[in-house]
Amino acid sequence: MARSITPRRKILTTAAAWAVGILIFFPIYWTILTSFKTEAQAINDPPLFLFFDWTLENYSVVQERSDYMRFLWNSLIVAGGSTLLGILVAVPAAWSMAFVPSRRTKDVLLWMLSTKMLPAVGVLYPISLIFVRFGLLDTRAGLIAVLMLVNLPIIVWMLYTYFKEIPGEILEAARMDGAGLKEEILHVLTPMAVPGIASTILLNVILAWNEAFWTLNLTAAKAAPLTAFIASYSSPEGLFFAKLSAASTMAIAPILILGWFSQKQLVRGLTFGAVK
Amino acid sequence: MGRIALNGVTKSFGVTEVIPPLDLVIEDGEFTVFVGPSGCGKSTLLRLIAGLEDTTSGRIEIDGVDATGTPPAKRGLAMVFQSYALYPHMSVRRNIAFPLRMAGLDRAEIDRRVTEAASALNLTDHLDRRPGQLSGGQRQRVAIGRAIVREPAAFLFDEPLSNLDAALRVGMRIEISELHGRLATTMIYVTHDQVEAMTMADRIVVLRAGLIEQVGSPLELYREPRNLFVAGFIGSPRMNFIDGASAREHGAATIGVRPEHIEIDPDGPWEGRIGIGEHLGSDTFLRVHDTGLADTLTVRAGGEVGLKTGARARFRPMPDKIHRFDEGGARIG
Amino acid sequence: MATKSSRSAARVMLAPAVILLLGWMLVPLTMTLFFSFKKYLPLRGDSLERGLDWVGFANYARFISSSSFWPSVQTTLVMVGCVLAVTVVLGILLALLLDQPFWGRGVVRILVIAPFFVMPTVSALVWKNMFMDPVNGLLAHLWRFFGAEPVSWLSDASLASVIMIVSWQWLPFATLILLTAIQSLDSEQLEAAEMDGAPALGRFAHIILPHLGRAITIVILIQTIFLLSIFAEIFVTTGGAFGTRTLTYLIFQRVVDSQNIGLGSAGGVYAIILANIVAIFLMRIVGKNLDR
Repeated sequence: MARSITPRRKILTTAAAWAVGILIFFPIYWTILTSFKTEAQAINDPPLFLFFDWTLENYSVVQERSDYMRFLWNSLIVAGGSTLLGILVAVPAAWSMAFVPSRRTKDVLLWMLSTKMLPAVGVLYPISLIFVRFGLLDTRAGLIAVLMLVNLPIIVWMLYTYFKEIPGEILEAARMDGAGLKEEILHVLTPMAVPGIASTILLNVILAWNEAFWTLNLTAAKAAPLTAFIASYSSPEGLFFAKLSAASTMAIAPILILGWFSQKQLVRGLTFGAVK
Repeated sequence: MGRIALNGVTKSFGVTEVIPPLDLVIEDGEFTVFVGPSGCGKSTLLRLIAGLEDTTSGRIEIDGVDATGTPPAKRGLAMVFQSYALYPHMSVRRNIAFPLRMAGLDRAEIDRRVTEAASALNLTDHLDRRPGQLSGGQRQRVAIGRAIVREPAAFLFDEPLSNLDAALRVGMRIEISELHGRLATTMIYVTHDQVEAMTMADRIVVLRAGLIEQVGSPLELYREPRNLFVAGFIGSPRMNFIDGASAREHGAATIGVRPEHIEIDPDGPWEGRIGIGEHLGSDTFLRVHDTGLADTLTVRAGGEVGLKTGARARFRPMPDKIHRFDEGGARIG
Repeated sequence: MATKSSRSAARVMLAPAVILLLGWMLVPLTMTLFFSFKKYLPLRGDSLERGLDWVGFANYARFISSSSFWPSVQTTLVMVGCVLAVTVVLGILLALLLDQPFWGRGVVRILVIAPFFVMPTVSALVWKNMFMDPVNGLLAHLWRFFGAEPVSWLSDASLASVIMIVSWQWLPFATLILLTAIQSLDSEQLEAAEMDGAPALGRFAHIILPHLGRAITIVILIQTIFLLSIFAEIFVTTGGAFGTRTLTYLIFQRVVDSQNIGLGSAGGVYAIILANIVAIFLMRIVGKNLDR
């Protein structure tokens, strides 16, 4: 049984936890706040925390300067597409490793993870070369393929850990009930693993959304996602804080909102399925 | 129909041989129980019949057809698992209907069979619940329902009652026996509990380390256990084993006498000090020490026997109920 | 424990993932190896079609003898090591705090994990401009408020600043994993230790910390995977200047800025070797810890 806590202790803990939480969140809060200020207010000393004239002007300027919707659309397609493709490849693989383990299963799993350790920069030029050769440079399809491969080990690992929690007897029951492999995975395993699959999808959408090496190096204009959109503000003109904030807010808002609404799955996913 | 024949079936995991060559025929309509201590290979044997494991060698025939390489889905057998293995994301109705859906039956037929099975198993009111909302006994019945709707050639039960509490277990035991009476389908039932074996089986297969120790009806096993292992495994409380001089008097290396076959008799040949007495009301099982025969002798006495702990008493084994075994543990005579 | 048919099915189902990853690993790796033995300067007219000159280990020798090589290795290791240390230590403290009962746990949890959602380019830009700018940054305001001289964070304390930014991004992850692990600790164990007379610090050292071992391993493994290839944070903040040039960034500069593919590829091979050393080391630990 949980023990009762003295009210004084609870108040102290509450104060400490909120202080830490607000401190950690502060940069994001400050960014969002600044996006509603004028440029002059944004660099005002002392800083303005609440009382200023709220304005939406920065957002319209940013939208005018760079076509936000196009970047957003690219981000959505690339993050969503690479994740779904990864799931399609990873579900059968994770099924194999979780339910028909062999002596080599652990080695295969660790090998897959180790491919994530290959420094991307070491193969940047070959990949660009291949991309040029096959006309994939600055295309969404090319980016989807690369991000799928980059995140595949994580997707396999996460699904594997979730699948392992499902008792093998249930799959055997399905086999006894006349289900073939396809039915077993489609009608029994996948529905049972929905929470785990949802967590996996969420985390990998976020990883793909935030991926900033391949997206910056393999795109120019057409297929550039939000990471590139925001990187364009690192040039000197980016010193306009309010506009920078508006652009930043626009780049992270979709993920923040997604995170808010799917907190439970996300928290589960964030642990990469590795800790229960 | 459901005659299952195993010819020279073996199973090895790597270099460990779990089942040495084994022959067994299970007749159509028979209720066969595989019983033995844990690790004796009884579950493996069941899984071999189900097709969930490959045989290493040998043949499995179902109704005269070689099924050794047939996948489980195609063997026409139904299985009830120890954990029930219900599909947690489906309602009771869809759980029971699942094998029929997989068999591609039409909607009306599925509904008809599910309704029928549900009413036979008292599940009609729970059809739209999820397995998580049911009690252990109800889940067990859903698992059985899922098995019977397929009208399989045989039912396989893998320790189905071990997750239930004692009272429920007795009830389910009777229900399964009645089900067998009604359907007259072959049933193979795996358990480590000899009481379940004795009460339910037409025929019991006693296994140890993958070897069949004895096959027979419950009473055959009780009356004429073929060796020390079966004698000790079947019957509760356990048979008393006595070796040494008193065994040699009977021309055996070891003799065995069941607790219910020893009487309290002031003129009896055995004498000992009464230890703990377990009073069940109808019977009392006395632990008797210092007999010079074995560490402890268990004796069944009447329900209201007046012997006190520490008292000394004399006992007589019923002469025609003494089992004799040779040095190798095999039965004599 | 399965049948032959399910084992062969398993191989078929595993194949696409394995083949894809094998291709993803081997094809570019082979090409990188090939280029690393060639003189390949596209800007000076070298091209694949006309054939490249074989230069043996010249690129390797040049890369390793360059004055920026060892500093970049050092920077990489210092950065990864410091971020790991900061996130694990703060993560444990934070997890212990958040494990206590208090009002508004759900909201605080969201606040704490929020930085993980922020894309690296954004967090780098926001930190660089709005916080670390020596004139208008919030930290400069704060310093002036206390009468101190504002610091030019990204030029005077550049590596520490980058470490701070990256730690801010990864602290939520470490905290969350460690918090989950703490919550899985059987409270009876702690109560038993308390009955046995262990003080709070003793309970932490002898029960909580060992219990967290596996979680800490996971944090280190996953973070190292991501930290070794940190790119955007450096790209946006310092562009590799002021001692923040990691090995990754050095190679990036050789390949992209100076267009010396041969030299960059040799550097890539070094990076791969470094990553493998770290990987073997990590996999040993993780492999052991995964067996539970």
